[in-house]
Amino acid sequence: MSKEKGILFDVTLCIGCGECYKACKEENKLPQSNKDYLKDHLSDKTFTVVEQYGNNYARKLCMHCNEPSCVSVCPVGAFTKSETGAVLYDSNKCIGCRYCMQACPHKIPRYEWETTQPRIRKCVLCYDRVKAGKLTACAEACPTEATLFGDMDKLIEIAKDRLKENKDKYFQEIYGLKEAGGGHVLILSNVPFEQLGYTSLIPQQPMPEFTKRAMEKIPPVVAVGGLFLTGMYWLTKRKNQIAKEENESLHRKYYHEN
Amino acid sequence: MKINEILKPTFWKIVSVLIVTLGLYSTIFRFTKGLGAATHLYDTVPWGLWIGFDFLGVGLAAAGFTIAATVHIFNFHKFDSLVRPAILTAFLGYSVVVGLLIVDLGRPENFWHPLIMWNFHSVMFEITWCIICYSTVLLLELAPVVLEKFGLKTPIKILKKISIPIVIAGVLFSTLHQSSFGSLYLIVPGRLHPLWYSSLLPVQFYISCIGAGLSMIIFESYLNARAFKTGINLEVLSTISIIILVDLILSFVIKFVDLFVSGKLIYLAIPSLETYLFYLEILVGTFLPIYLLSFKKFREDKMWLYIISIFTISGFILNRMNVSITGLTASSGKNYFPSFDEISITLMLVVLAMYAFNLIAKNLSVFNEENNDRELNKKENMSESQKLILSE
Repeated sequence: MSKEKGILFDVTLCIGCGECYKACKEENKLPQSNKDYLKDHLSDKTFTVVEQYGNNYARKLCMHCNEPSCVSVCPVGAFTKSETGAVLYDSNKCIGCRYCMQACPHKIPRYEWETTQPRIRKCVLCYDRVKAGKLTACAEACPTEATLFGDMDKLIEIAKDRLKENKDKYFQEIYGLKEAGGGHVLILSNVPFEQLGYTSLIPQQPMPEFTKRAMEKIPPVVAVGGLFLTGMYWLTKRKNQIAKEENESLHRKYYHEN
Repeated sequence: MKINEILKPTFWKIVSVLIVTLGLYSTIFRFTKGLGAATHLYDTVPWGLWIGFDFLGVGLAAAGFTIAATVHIFNFHKFDSLVRPAILTAFLGYSVVVGLLIVDLGRPENFWHPLIMWNFHSVMFEITWCIICYSTVLLLELAPVVLEKFGLKTPIKILKKISIPIVIAGVLFSTLHQSSFGSLYLIVPGRLHPLWYSSLLPVQFYISCIGAGLSMIIFESYLNARAFKTGINLEVLSTISIIILVDLILSFVIKFVDLFVSGKLIYLAIPSLETYLFYLEILVGTFLPIYLLSFKKFREDKMWLYIISIFTISGFILNRMNVSITGLTASSGKNYFPSFDEISITLMLVVLAMYAFNLIAKNLSVFNEENNDRELNKKENMSESQKLILSE
């Protein structure tokens, strides 16, 4: 089996040329959504964006979590975590409840609001290309290697080396390594990540754990609840019956005595 | 009723016809133009008024399982007369919810997928199953009321035989369903405002729905007695109000102990729209009803019980709207207010449910106590005749 793949995006190397944005549109056959790619935002027509923050440029795309919220919350299992590490979506299963959009800690999934047969749309880490042994379209298009594609373990190593070797240059954290339990998109930056529009409020543990604790209690609640209710039914019924019989025997006694 | 009487225009009839017409227009618009055109939903606000109303419909239906359990499982027959109104309310509440889900789902034609495509990790999967199963239970619980009208005795007998397992299944499905609405938000700790986010959300949702559901029964009993000029069984409603009081106190204690333990009390001192709405919710839905219900004179006055039930229900509505809409606004970065179509479809379903309630209450024996008594007598006669057979 092939190793899990991912992306390392280095803000300090990005020149904001928008080649990744264009390559992504082409690869996924997406229509133009904004004349100025720097002003575009994620939508059903845009799976990755390059945002400008002063002299810095920051890419936004699906983080392909190790334990994705979307996979865990989807009632019909339309989301799956593939062997390449990509989080995939099957529109034939989808019922359109949009819980994935509500639950995603990175607020990534977008919806085709304008159609009557809507689908969820997002980056799939160029699943078909990667399966065929190629890079993702964005990594291939990047002229400065700001977007690197490769095996996850190698990318983590590279990221750690860069932080160690350039202590002054980098903000000493790898975004995406621990956020929501970590994922397959890692980001390096020279400034704190909140300044580049990355959410800092994300817990460090996998999101599905929050729900798991409640879901685990369902079988015991059903078992204990069922037994309790059945038991109470028999008990109270018996109690009423005994009370009734006692009442009747009292009556009988009363009539006999008189 | 004569046809002329039905067609006689009254203010409410005209308003209702108008609402239903607009609602139908909006429904057609939603299905031909899509969710984007019909709603103000957005990529970062994927759930709106319709989902919020689903919480209300299900929550206010809670009396359906609490009263059924009290009477049939705990054999507490003082509440016999409330079983049918409670079941009917629950059934119509769930009907509204199903209606709203059909318009809200992006692919309503795929609603049955969770039946064959399973994901046990998903709260939404649990909810879908609960809706389908509990609606079936309600249908079976309500069926005798309809069958009686047409004098169909055999199916009623069969239903009576399996009635206890049905009630038990109903209580279990409801328990899961009510609490799972709270569980839905467990996965959004970074998004839902801290005053509402809690790991105890499922417990809070479960406890608060009982008080709201029972208040709904007081509310309906009062309105029904006023509309049909019948008497009201004040003793039963007073007992119900004591249960509501206990439930509200429990709910309040859990909420504040939880805020205290998780160190969130500080948020109460931060002035923001969310904080004010939280205060409003607690004041109207918890403080006022607890204060008023602690006086015996208010508990034994039907007008006051009616007013208190309105407070409790309003507080409940505020709470669910806060969790599903207001509490998420800040993190979505977009102010959401429902569109015309969202509102008109919701109003249409509520109006239709009210008319259905009225129609069923008028034509079938729902609130009619005499009938329930007669039924009880019948039951006793039956058991006597059974006794005779046994003794022979």
